[in-house]
Amino acid sequence: MSPLLRVEDVHIRFGGVVAADGVYLDLEPGESLAIIGPNGAGKTTFLNICTGYLKPTAGRVLFEGNDITGQPPRAIVRLGIARAFQIPQLFLEHSVLDNMLIAAAARTRAWNPFRAMVALPERAEMIGLLRQLGVADTAEQRVDGLPEGVRKLVDVALALALKPRLLLLDEPTSGVSSSEKFQIMDALVQALKNQAVTSVFVEHDMEMVSRYAHRVAVWNGGRVQMVGTPADVLADADVRRDVVGI
Amino acid sequence: MTQLSWLHRTVILALALGVAVMPTLYPWSQVLLTLALAKGLAVLGVVVLLQAGQVSFGHAMFVAIGAYSATFLGRALGGGDLVVVLLGGVLTSVAFGLVIGVFVVRYRYIFFGMLNLAFSMVLFSLLEKFFHITGGSDGLRVLRPTLFGQSLDRATFEGILFYLTLALALGLGWLVHRYLQSPLGQALSAVKSNETRLEYLGVSARHVLLVGYVVSAALCGLGGVIIGLVQGLVTPELGYWVRSGELVFIAILGGASNVTGAFAGALVFEVVRTYAAAFAANIWQMILGGVLLLIVLFAPGGLIALYGNSVKKLFARTRTEP
Amino acid sequence: MTPQLALLATLDGIAYAALVFMVAVGLTMIFGVMRILNVAHGSFYAIGAYSAASIVLGLTAAGMNPWLVFPGLLLAAVGVGAVLGTLIERLLLTRIYTKEPVLQLLVTFAVFMILEDVQRLVWGVRPYFAAEPVYLLGNVQVVGIFYTAYQLILLPTVALLVLVGLRLFLRRTLSGRLIVAVTEDREMATALGINAGRVFLLTFVLGSTLAALGGALASPTTSLVPGIGADMIVLSFAVVAIAGLGQVEGAAIAALMIGLGRSFAVYVMPELEVVVPYLVMVIVLLIRPEGLFGVVERRRI
Repeated sequence: MSPLLRVEDVHIRFGGVVAADGVYLDLEPGESLAIIGPNGAGKTTFLNICTGYLKPTAGRVLFEGNDITGQPPRAIVRLGIARAFQIPQLFLEHSVLDNMLIAAAARTRAWNPFRAMVALPERAEMIGLLRQLGVADTAEQRVDGLPEGVRKLVDVALALALKPRLLLLDEPTSGVSSSEKFQIMDALVQALKNQAVTSVFVEHDMEMVSRYAHRVAVWNGGRVQMVGTPADVLADADVRRDVVGI
Repeated sequence: MTQLSWLHRTVILALALGVAVMPTLYPWSQVLLTLALAKGLAVLGVVVLLQAGQVSFGHAMFVAIGAYSATFLGRALGGGDLVVVLLGGVLTSVAFGLVIGVFVVRYRYIFFGMLNLAFSMVLFSLLEKFFHITGGSDGLRVLRPTLFGQSLDRATFEGILFYLTLALALGLGWLVHRYLQSPLGQALSAVKSNETRLEYLGVSARHVLLVGYVVSAALCGLGGVIIGLVQGLVTPELGYWVRSGELVFIAILGGASNVTGAFAGALVFEVVRTYAAAFAANIWQMILGGVLLLIVLFAPGGLIALYGNSVKKLFARTRTEP
Repeated sequence: MTPQLALLATLDGIAYAALVFMVAVGLTMIFGVMRILNVAHGSFYAIGAYSAASIVLGLTAAGMNPWLVFPGLLLAAVGVGAVLGTLIERLLLTRIYTKEPVLQLLVTFAVFMILEDVQRLVWGVRPYFAAEPVYLLGNVQVVGIFYTAYQLILLPTVALLVLVGLRLFLRRTLSGRLIVAVTEDREMATALGINAGRVFLLTFVLGSTLAALGGALASPTTSLVPGIGADMIVLSFAVVAIAGLGQVEGAAIAALMIGLGRSFAVYVMPELEVVVPYLVMVIVLLIRPEGLFGVVERRRI
């Protein structure tokens, strides 16, 4: 099977910091890949390059065989790649449900200027998504009054609302209390499975990684140091020293 | 909620009715009210952009573009028809709005505000400098158009224009309200709060803003055509930065988040100006600036918020439940 | 265009650029530190100009030593910048640092509206001329044409002094370094214990004084009428936008581009004189949205 996403020899640097130094990665359809690595290893930069927020100085990114390198995020999103952010990116002055409805309108291109947003047919679907992630009770609340953990989940819900084929998640459960982490990840993984979404998630918690990832890629100094099954990677001595910190 | 919105609708209709009968009771008020409503239409344009957090210090240029293009058209046609002149003015404004908009929607906040100001100053100086075409600072006389081929005397024309403007204010006010409630309008305020997320939903913030910009240019242009017709004269002063400042001022005075506020603000503004400007002509700008400061610092919701708060208090008192 | 006219246009352009630079560099400094574009900046230029004209006319009428007009010009600039600048920063701007950008814009716009009428009330609407400083310095001959020493020598010299002085001030003195630190990373600077409030006040007064200095020095060669403040704020914004926000040296180059563009237009296509600066700005921004020397700021996501 041809890879869903292929990243070839991608380079970028900020001043003296090399954030991507020849990154190669192939993503198989349907898999869930975790990215781990020390801070500053270039994990978020990798997501930024894949989604067009940053343009690499060299290398290519292919999605379903098409070169998407350097295209703006909105074009890449329309091809089917959605993203959830480390710092939630939400419309702070709207309610949670309105955030979702804007996403629904974006997906279906419902830009008729005389049709009220509240009357969108996707309303029930959006509430369903919020329910899956356990934040349906906040639907009518304004986002700027919500705690960080809830915002993270709404951010993930927004990405899911687009019905993407590939979802990139940047530390999806950071800021969420540890008692709820697994519950939320279970729900998220189920949602991804239902929609047959391939996913990449950056994660620091090794327990989460071993539980939810099919494969793990280890980032170090702007390169992919190792790729393998969670068991293999977490057993590797270098990884345990540099990343896991044991 | 629905009870409240019914109340708002009733209040708006009652106010519109009040405005509609004013000229029959006080004939002198007709021109004043027509001007206020026309200005309200232009302010509505500014309000649309404020949804996206963008303030233009140059939107009077579209008022001038509408007024001048309608005047040119009317003079070329030997007066022309009211409908033709109105449409001509609005379409010209839309065309200019599209061209200038494509450029300015790339920028935000200060750049957006100042670039609009710069464009308006260019237009103003061109209107003054090319006097063989524009009549320079003396301006151009506006020929009175016919209505569906019927030529009208002055009083009838002014009457028709007044009721037409009122109808346009109600109709367009309602349409803009619908637009702002639609996903496209909601995306405008999404531009204000998080452009990154909008982009990551696959939506171009520039396109969203461009639609808003063209709508605002059309509304300002329409206001401009009517102002020109009422005054019977168009001068470059219509597009001066002071006029742009007034539009922003009225939008904030009325309450930047609300369609009704634009007209309420314009009515209050025109009435006060007519009486106050006579004995405060030298400090008019100063008064406007002072009031603007007070609103921004102490009552950021404007007139509409004051009204909304008092209604809420009333409701809270008559009901046991909040 | 004859070579003589070209030379004349060049000299005009440089003199004009010198004035615009002083105003624009103040605007760009204030923006760099406070992230507020002060729409009332043009009012400092106008009030500086009117005050200088009043001082010059007063000194001349009183029959004092005519050379006192030069310290008079400087006094007008510093007085306006220090008094008005302190008042506005302390009374108004301190209230809005944490507000939305659109509200900040509206507040400085309101101040601008108020100051426009203050000028009208104090100085009326008839034009002011106070050309004494220009007569005092006389004319110089350059390749066959006579030009005022005031515009040929004094204005460019002062502008250069401002440029070099600012560079030294920002790099060598403690206050200057604090300003640079706050410009580059406000959070870090305040976390390190820099008193941002004092840096803001200092920057605002300094920037406003530069605008007033531009006005004071413009007064002997310009006829002062209502509206010069509005023209100048847009013009100096054009300079700042061309150079890139916060760029001091870039502002000098952008001012020259605009000054020369405008003065050549005066001789070639006088109708377009006012339009040229904006044309230059639009072209530059179309090619480089962040300005010639500006840097793109990216949000961390």
